Amino acid sequence: MNTNPNRRYADITGRALLYAALGIMAIYYLLPLALMIVTSFRSMDEIRMGQLIDWPTQLNLDAWRIAWSEAQIGARSERGLQPYFINSMLITLPAVAISTLIGAVNGYVLSFWRFRGSNLFFGLLLFGCFLPFQAILLPHANVLGRMGISGSITGLIFTHVVYGLAFTTLFFRNYYVTLPGELIKAAQLDGAGFWRIFWRIILPLSTPILTVCVIWQFTQVWNDFLFGVTFSDPSSQPVTVGLNNLVNSSTGERRYNVDMAGAIIAALPTLLVYVIAGKYFVRGLTAGSVKG
Amino acid sequence: MASLNITNVEKSFGHTHILKGINMDIQDGEFIILVGPSGCGKSTLMNCIAGLEDVTGGQICIEDHDITGVLPKDRDIAMVFQSYALYPNMNVRKNISFALEIRKLPKAEIEREVERVAKLLQIEHLLDRKPGQLSGGQRQRVAMGRALARHPKIYLFDEPLSNLDAKLRVEMRTEIKKLHQRLGTTIVYVTHDQIEAMTLADRIAVMKDGHIQQFGTPQEVYDNPANRFVAGFMGSPSMNFIDTELVNHEGQVCVKLLVMDQLHYLPTPSSERGLLERVGQKVVLGIRPEQITHVIPHYASNPSTFIVKAKIDVIEPTGPDTLVLVKMNEQEVNCRVEPHEAGKPGETMSLMINMSKTVFFDPITGERL
Repeated sequence: MNTNPNRRYADITGRALLYAALGIMAIYYLLPLALMIVTSFRSMDEIRMGQLIDWPTQLNLDAWRIAWSEAQIGARSERGLQPYFINSMLITLPAVAISTLIGAVNGYVLSFWRFRGSNLFFGLLLFGCFLPFQAILLPHANVLGRMGISGSITGLIFTHVVYGLAFTTLFFRNYYVTLPGELIKAAQLDGAGFWRIFWRIILPLSTPILTVCVIWQFTQVWNDFLFGVTFSDPSSQPVTVGLNNLVNSSTGERRYNVDMAGAIIAALPTLLVYVIAGKYFVRGLTAGSVKG
Repeated sequence: MASLNITNVEKSFGHTHILKGINMDIQDGEFIILVGPSGCGKSTLMNCIAGLEDVTGGQICIEDHDITGVLPKDRDIAMVFQSYALYPNMNVRKNISFALEIRKLPKAEIEREVERVAKLLQIEHLLDRKPGQLSGGQRQRVAMGRALARHPKIYLFDEPLSNLDAKLRVEMRTEIKKLHQRLGTTIVYVTHDQIEAMTLADRIAVMKDGHIQQFGTPQEVYDNPANRFVAGFMGSPSMNFIDTELVNHEGQVCVKLLVMDQLHYLPTPSSERGLLERVGQKVVLGIRPEQITHVIPHYASNPSTFIVKAKIDVIEPTGPDTLVLVKMNEQEVNCRVEPHEAGKPGETMSLMINMSKTVFFDPITGERL
């Protein structure tokens, strides 16, 4: 036990400073979100009459309703962010599932079934992580056109799968190289083949990295704007594009409350994913670094 | 259970030759130990037998069937790994039954087999646990159980005890030996622990640099090593090697031994026939520590024993014996004496050298003479 009173005061002061610093940083990061939430519950009259930043006098859900289903965005017949939100779901869920699964198989092959040149293959694949996506927009548009899926949800899924693979493969490969190779040998002698080993032994051990990969991919795909705006047509635009159009379609005054509600709606799924799976994310990111 | 024949097996990775022509004929039910320093190729040979590595050349036969190109799963071989390689996501029961399920055995039979193996290895109470909840010794048992469950023709053990603490290792060693005596299976067992090799093996194959240096019973390998490497590798503390010279002294082929400024001529055993033509040449005398002891009166009259006086440099008590380090021909020599007969460092004591089991090596090639 620490009995020296001077040391104890020093400890307490240190702690206090630490928490103060953490508190300030937390407030700094949370303040914009708080302002958005507060503003989204205020009516336009309140915003117009009073301060830009103020508490709502009453809980007004109009802005949320308008953003979700009533706002006229561009020249579309459907109103609100709802159709965009559904598009985003239709793009994100399959894209995340497919890219994660292929990444897992890639990582499995690159860790346990090395072939001639597999290290080179992996090295080249890593370039995909550093690729500026602006550089591939034109050639990729060409590819989508030739495949006959340009402007479609399928096209966007395909795009996100292809450009997500570099990361998902990297995640799984780096996780799997920490698993003992003898596990695979034992399973081979037990009579299991390539796929059975993957499904029965490797995949059940992948929970931490699956979580990381799903969160990562979900965030990437959901938040994507560049692909969404380039490779879509009006019927397949994701919510990020919808939000942009909502904020930029001005017919008269700027409706701050609707803009804020729309932004929160667009950000909500990623926020939820982090809240639900965040602790697994941190655990999974460090899982590869400690052996055993 | 089956015989295993390995003919001229070679394995290289690129330009690195790991196995350089391995030949072994293993009888049905034999317990074979592969022993050697790290990097000698013993684990690679094991993987080649299992089919986890393809051989570059040569042939492997089980019961006279060529299995050289056969997939691991069709070779009917089970292996126990150093890390145990239990499937962490399955409980013990699943671990044991996994191979049986893949082979599509009926459910009732699988259950019977798991029960049998669990009983044999006394792990019945662990069947529903996950590997993470088991101690090292228990995991070791489960790993063996997994191998035993499907009655394979050949069992391979890859350093199975090296992750256990010393006490458990001795216990499990005895248990593996009992198991082998009871089941009479063919086992190939890799270790770098020469005590494990001596105690378990029917025959030991000592490997170095991708070659088998010697393949024989433990006693043969111990008493009659093929070369200096084998002699030095087997036995602990290891054999003493003393540079000396062969001379003809009073009609006998002797080695010269200088101990405390006193020159001794020690006759070589008559079993070492090739020495006569080497008279006048330098040789390496190999003598095990237990052949240099304190003076035991009723052995002292034996014609192959000689008594020398030597100054003690260091003593190392081990319990049953004390190791006494002295100098002969200016080289350090370990002697094994009764603890209460051992003197103190700096003192002089009489040592009895038994020449009957000495061996001789070429100083350059290290080959046995």
